[in-house]
Amino acid sequence: MEIPYTTEARPDTGLFNAKLGIWLFLASEVMLFGALFSSYVLLRTGAPVWPHGRTQGLSVPLATVNTMVLIGSSVTMVLSWASLKLKDFAKYRLYMALTILAGLCFMVIKGFEYAAKFEHHHYPSTSTFFAVYFTLTGLHGLHVLGGMIVNGYFWGPGAKMWKTDPDRFANRIEVAGLYWHFVDLVWIFLFPTLYLL
Amino acid sequence: MSAHDAESIRKETRAYITVFVSLMVLTALTVGVSYFHMPVGLAILVALVIATFKGSLVASVFMHLRAERKLIYWILILTVLFFIVLMAIPTISQWDQRMLR
Repeated sequence: MEIPYTTEARPDTGLFNAKLGIWLFLASEVMLFGALFSSYVLLRTGAPVWPHGRTQGLSVPLATVNTMVLIGSSVTMVLSWASLKLKDFAKYRLYMALTILAGLCFMVIKGFEYAAKFEHHHYPSTSTFFAVYFTLTGLHGLHVLGGMIVNGYFWGPGAKMWKTDPDRFANRIEVAGLYWHFVDLVWIFLFPTLYLL
Repeated sequence: MSAHDAESIRKETRAYITVFVSLMVLTALTVGVSYFHMPVGLAILVALVIATFKGSLVASVFMHLRAERKLIYWILILTVLFFIVLMAIPTISQWDQRMLR
């Protein structure tokens, strides 16, 4: 049986199904990160003293570069979708590759940051600060990894759909993009609250 | 796709680039102001205002919320309400603490 409403809008929602689906999923993601963020606020306001990220050896320059890398990847992601809408598959491939590479770059930098922490024997069990730092950045990192796997599939084997059903494929990229931008959005809040305040 | 659609996508693309540049500038600004020795409360306020502005640029332009179906707005309004409840929990806990003292 055909999956309904992959390209045409469902009359009652006015949306193709995957778009409604991803927004509901993102709403649940807001609650997931929101709960952790709320816990962070609770732990921070309840603590007699709270260390500044810089005094704990967090690298502001590395995190700044990572913020810019992730913002850059959001732009290439949306440009890959726009390229499909303009029927330029070669450009789609290029922008999607850049998005995946930027994700990889983010993870490598994050890896260096984690390695530096472990070298100084800073683990989640070291302090409440590091427990919060590793939980929030770790969960975010897993989201980046998940997005890279999905984007990798759409760059590689999943791209075959462009030949058989281009509109549906463009919708898939739009939906993957919505997720990727959300991951960027979460980082926009994590960066100042963990590193700069 | 009609010529009109292609034209609107090109227009959108220009918006993406403008937002990209704005986000880069705002990131630099966030880092820059963090080096001023502001009182903690003010520093948190400034950082969150900039982050919220950056977030709304991403949501409205990259995530196309500028022109989206009503149903999605309703879902997001509900999400924001629940998010506010989540954020209120630490405040409620503080009141509780004060009452105990």
